[in-house]
Amino acid sequence: MYLYPKWIRIWHVINALVFLILIVTGLSMQYTDKENATYVVGFAKAVRMHNFAALILVINYIFFVCGNFLSKNGSYYRISRKNFMPDLIRQYKFYSSGMFKGEKHPFPVTEERKFNPLQKITYVLALYVAVPLLIISGIGLLLPEITITTIFGISGLILTDILHITMGFFLSIFMIIHIYTCTLGHKPTSLFRGIITGYHVSEDE
Amino acid sequence: MKLFMFRISILLALISLFSFSSSGSPRFDTVSDTLKDTMKETVKATVVFVSPFAAANDRCFKCHGQDKYTYTNETIGREIKDIMCSERIIRKKEFYSSNHKSFGCTDCHSEEYTKFPHAGTLRMEQKYICLDCHGGDAKFAKYHFEEIDSEYRKSTHFKMENDGFSCWKCHNPHTYKISVRNATNLKETIEYDNSICLNCHSDYSRFQLLSDKAEIDLIKEHDWLPNQASHFANVRCIECHTKINNNIPVSHQIRPKAEAVRLCNECHSQNSILMASLYKFESKVQRRDGFFNGIILNASYVIGANRNEYLNLISLGIFLVVLIIIGVHIAFRIRNKSKTIKEK
Repeated sequence: MYLYPKWIRIWHVINALVFLILIVTGLSMQYTDKENATYVVGFAKAVRMHNFAALILVINYIFFVCGNFLSKNGSYYRISRKNFMPDLIRQYKFYSSGMFKGEKHPFPVTEERKFNPLQKITYVLALYVAVPLLIISGIGLLLPEITITTIFGISGLILTDILHITMGFFLSIFMIIHIYTCTLGHKPTSLFRGIITGYHVSEDE
Repeated sequence: MKLFMFRISILLALISLFSFSSSGSPRFDTVSDTLKDTMKETVKATVVFVSPFAAANDRCFKCHGQDKYTYTNETIGREIKDIMCSERIIRKKEFYSSNHKSFGCTDCHSEEYTKFPHAGTLRMEQKYICLDCHGGDAKFAKYHFEEIDSEYRKSTHFKMENDGFSCWKCHNPHTYKISVRNATNLKETIEYDNSICLNCHSDYSRFQLLSDKAEIDLIKEHDWLPNQASHFANVRCIECHTKINNNIPVSHQIRPKAEAVRLCNECHSQNSILMASLYKFESKVQRRDGFFNGIILNASYVIGANRNEYLNLISLGIFLVVLIIIGVHIAFRIRNKSKTIKEK
C-alpha cells in the first residue's frame, strides 16, 4: 500500500537528520565543560551548527504544515473525540500485552487511517505543540534582545531556556520511542523500509 | 479640638511604631549584606556633601567646571570669554559625588594654580599615582592596592608607561567612584567598567596618544563571538582580557590579545570563570532552586553555566525509565518469538 508520498519522505529524512544534529549540538552546549571542551563538537562549533540546523528545521516545518494543509495528509492527524480514551486504552493494551498473545492489531493501517490512536496523539503533541514551542523559544534564545526581560519577576531568558530544553528533551524521548515503535511492524525492518520506499507492508500482505 | 489632637497622637504613635518596626525588623535582617551596603551607599549619596574646601575649590570650578569661562585680560583691559579645553573640564557635581570629593584641588595640584593666568611650567608638574596616597595605608588594606599595582606591572598596559600610561588613563581621579558590584546594579557596573576600556579603545585619537598601532575595529575583531551585542551588554571586557587574581576584587592584569579567552566553555560551563570575576562578589551564594551558579540568574542567563540540578536529575530519570520500558518490551518480544518458534 503506497502510503508515504515523496514530499513526506523528503520532509521526514530532513527532519530526522536535523533533529539528530540539534540533539547532539544542544547537549554539547548544555553539558560541555572546560575539562571536556571538545566533548562531541565543542561549544563554539555547536552554537553555529545548532543555529544552522534550527533554520533548516523551521523551513522544513513550514513545508510540512503547508503540505498537510494542501494535501490529505493533514487529515491523518485529526483526532476525533468519539471513543478517544477507549481507543487509546485498546492500543496501549495491544502494545503491552495483546501483541505477545498473538492478537490482531486493533487499528490496522489503511489508506484512511495511517496512524493508530496512540501514534496520532503523540504525533499531534510532538508536531503541533512541542515543535512550535521549541521553535518559538529557540528564536527567543537566538535573539535574546527580543525576549521579554522578566515574567512575574523571573528572568524571561531562564523561562525561555527551560521551555526550550524541556521541549528538546521530550522530543528526544519521542524520537527514541518513535524509532523503537517503528520496529513493531510486520517485521522489525518493514516500517523503516516503508518510509524509504513509500510502501507500507501490513500483516495481511 | 480634643478629637483632632487625639487623632494626631494616634497617627504619630502609628508612624513611630512603623518606623521602629521597620528599622529593627527581622524582615530587614533577611536582606543580604551587599544589599544593605548598597542601601547605605545610596542614602549616603543622596545626602548633599559639603566640602570643607568648597569655597577654595569654587575658585577653580569657576573656569574648570564649565565649557566656557570668562576672565579679564588686563593688558587690553577687556573681559574675554573663551572655551575650556574638554580635557580640563571637571564637573562640580561629578567631583563631589566621587571618592575624592573631600579633597581640595590644591591637595593634589600645586598651590601656584591659585594664581591666574597659570604659569606654563605648572603643566610639567608631577602627578600622583594611586599608590602615592593609598599604598601602605592600613585604611585601604582591604582594596589591596599593592597587589593591584603588582598586577598592573605585569599587565600589557604597563609596557606603555613610558608613553604616558598611568592609573589615571582608566580611573579619572576627579570622577572615580568605586562601584560595588551586587545583584541589582550589575548592568550599570558592566556598562561603567566597559566604558573605561572603550574610552581609548573606541576613540582612536585617545588611543593614538599611547600607541602607534592602526585603528582597531572592535566589532570586527569580535566577529567570532556569537550574539555579540548580548555579550557586550552582559559581560565586561576584562572578563576575557585579564588574568584572574583571587586576592583582588577586580583583576588588573590585562593580557595581550593572543592570550584573551576564546574558549566558550571558560564561561559556558558549570565551573564558569564568571564566578571568579564578574560574579565574584556573591559567588558563594547559591540559589536554593537547584540552579548551578544561580547568582548569575539575577542579572543574566549563561547557557551551560546555569544548568538546573533538578531538571538534570528528572531528565536522567525519565530517560532511564524509557530505556527500561523499551528493554523489557524487547525481552518480552524475544521470549514470545522463541515460544512461537518452539510451538511451530
